[in-house]
Amino acid sequence: MTTALPRADVAPVASAKRRRRAPGWLAVVPLLVFVAIAFGLPAVAIVNGAFSVDDATTGATTYTGANMTASLQGPYLTALLGSVKLSAISAALGALLGLPLAQAVVSSRSRWLREAVLTASGVLANFGGVPLAFAFVATLGNAGVLTVHLGLKDTGWDLYSFWGLILVYLYFLIPLMVLTITPALDGLRSQWREAALNNGATGVQYWRHVALPVLAPSLLGGLVLLFGSAFAAYATAAAMVGSAVPLVTLQIADALSGNVLVGQENVALALSLDMVLVAGLVMAVYLPLQRRSARWLDA
Amino acid sequence: MTVSLPRNAVLGGSLAVVAALALSACGAAPDKASTTTKDGKSAATATSAADFGGMDALVKAAKKEGTLHIIAVPRDWANYGALIDGFQKKYGIKINDESPDGSSQDEINAVTTRKGQDRTPDVLDLGSSFALSAAQQGLLAPYKVASYTDIPEAQKDPQARWFNDYGGYVSIGCDAKRVKQCPTSFKDLLKPQYKGQVALNGNPAKSGSAFGGVYAAALANGGSFDNIQPGLDFFAKLKKNGNYTPVESTPATVEKGETPISIDWDYLNAGYADEFKSKGLDWKVVIPSDGQYAQYYSQAINKDAPHPAAARLWQEYLYSTEGQNLWLKGYARPALMAAMEKAGTLDKTAAAKLPKVTGTPSFPTEDQQSKAKTVIAQGWGKAVSG
Repeated sequence: MTTALPRADVAPVASAKRRRRAPGWLAVVPLLVFVAIAFGLPAVAIVNGAFSVDDATTGATTYTGANMTASLQGPYLTALLGSVKLSAISAALGALLGLPLAQAVVSSRSRWLREAVLTASGVLANFGGVPLAFAFVATLGNAGVLTVHLGLKDTGWDLYSFWGLILVYLYFLIPLMVLTITPALDGLRSQWREAALNNGATGVQYWRHVALPVLAPSLLGGLVLLFGSAFAAYATAAAMVGSAVPLVTLQIADALSGNVLVGQENVALALSLDMVLVAGLVMAVYLPLQRRSARWLDA
Repeated sequence: MTVSLPRNAVLGGSLAVVAALALSACGAAPDKASTTTKDGKSAATATSAADFGGMDALVKAAKKEGTLHIIAVPRDWANYGALIDGFQKKYGIKINDESPDGSSQDEINAVTTRKGQDRTPDVLDLGSSFALSAAQQGLLAPYKVASYTDIPEAQKDPQARWFNDYGGYVSIGCDAKRVKQCPTSFKDLLKPQYKGQVALNGNPAKSGSAFGGVYAAALANGGSFDNIQPGLDFFAKLKKNGNYTPVESTPATVEKGETPISIDWDYLNAGYADEFKSKGLDWKVVIPSDGQYAQYYSQAINKDAPHPAAARLWQEYLYSTEGQNLWLKGYARPALMAAMEKAGTLDKTAAAKLPKVTGTPSFPTEDQQSKAKTVIAQGWGKAVSG
């Protein structure tokens, strides 16, 4: 909030305007305070910790870029790239599989089916952590019910691999996509489809030239959300693949709260900062794209 | 989590809770008056029971405090449950066990972030490197339990800020019903018949027992305390031939048959064996013949313990014959084992149940350990990924 006194040479109109605008600012203050405490403080603490080193014996703190350098080298870099790769692939797959599923639900006439699918999605999208990992281990692990039953072992099936983890992530990413994209699909008016078909468009052409461009902002938004969910997931991977799939969240946990590594807390904070930067990059790509595809909707 | 507070600090304690809710870290300083004897001795600075005016004075002061905060102590770990119950019954002092499944780092964080508050842990049970680094940071109070001289020289801090409490060997647990021929050495684990069956209980960069497992594998494969690389190579080989499964073994995964061979501390594996018997599982535990690696945990008292007398009494209890034998009943090897054997106070039936080892354990130095940890942190992911 500005508390500068109005200068004498400023037209009174401006100060009147400012007076009218003040209540608007005031209404936002609680939100800003909340964001500052719940988001700003931890963010500052992370940045501060990522760039400082505590001397174990004297307790003195010095500022350095060593943590950031360490967090972008060797196994840490591998883990960061591994996380990005895993999240990108599982988000893309989740979106690809979630979209037709959501479309099928939306275009079906059955209200009951729609309610059931959306409720189930709401539950499954939040199913994660160790219970999810254990459910898959018991079903598709080396001694899992299905693995033994269908003789998957001979086919070279291995749940504890990169693709196995993607399969597990899809279990909650697809429902998340259905939840995210359903409102947008509801927004596709049937008149548009009819108009396209009346003008001789095929179904494929309708989707390519009308529906998908309209859906693009929501689709992109869904992709970003899925990417973020997969990127931040930790407990499922920790219980299921340990360190067999290098992931940045696992590295942070090792460094932050282990029984083995001592004095790595600041590297963990640097790794968290790396994650924030990756998320920021994703947003930086997403926002202009979204703006571009949203532009023609305004027309 | 509910925190029950000593009567004389209810007001201060609730202030601390309010303060914590208000996102500030200024708690109430504990009431030191209750832990001072008549002649002005303070429990917070007492370096032994005698220094405080004898055991009776200590018991009295501790009872007056009425509460003890411990942290990261699972009840089913090395028979800790029986120790907690025994202490509560004997002295009528209530024990609050915070986040039982926490790690050593969590314990240190709790001490440093809640300095001067009523909710800080009084006593710590730490991995040895954490005990060392906590002592360096000046977080620990020096204290000598009555039987302090009996703790082997190599297993205590010269200034008595920490001392080993119990430990065990890396062992191989095996589900004898699923696995036809249980492995007895690291070399055995490489046999093709164990495809997809060999697990650790965590990631060696995070879990102490998994780290011990890699160290033991190194010793079995021509490595030494100075050289843990052969251990990494061993697990890389195990991963390559398909025997290693990256699932963290837990009692649940063992029961499902997902991790029929699990490398873990012998006291945990032996404890599981008892637990599984009722479920019809035959869980066999051996200490690998080619790689014996032992590690002890350490006890320490928080320098700013809110209940300094109770903290010291807890240590006295743990190092009494009663406390040491309770650990032994949980298949852990207590620090005073050798001395008690000599004195004839060791629980012989419990000792006979321990998995067999040969020779006396030797331990890597702190430098060797930290070097090994760096190698693990750098190389473990590469060894088992893909």
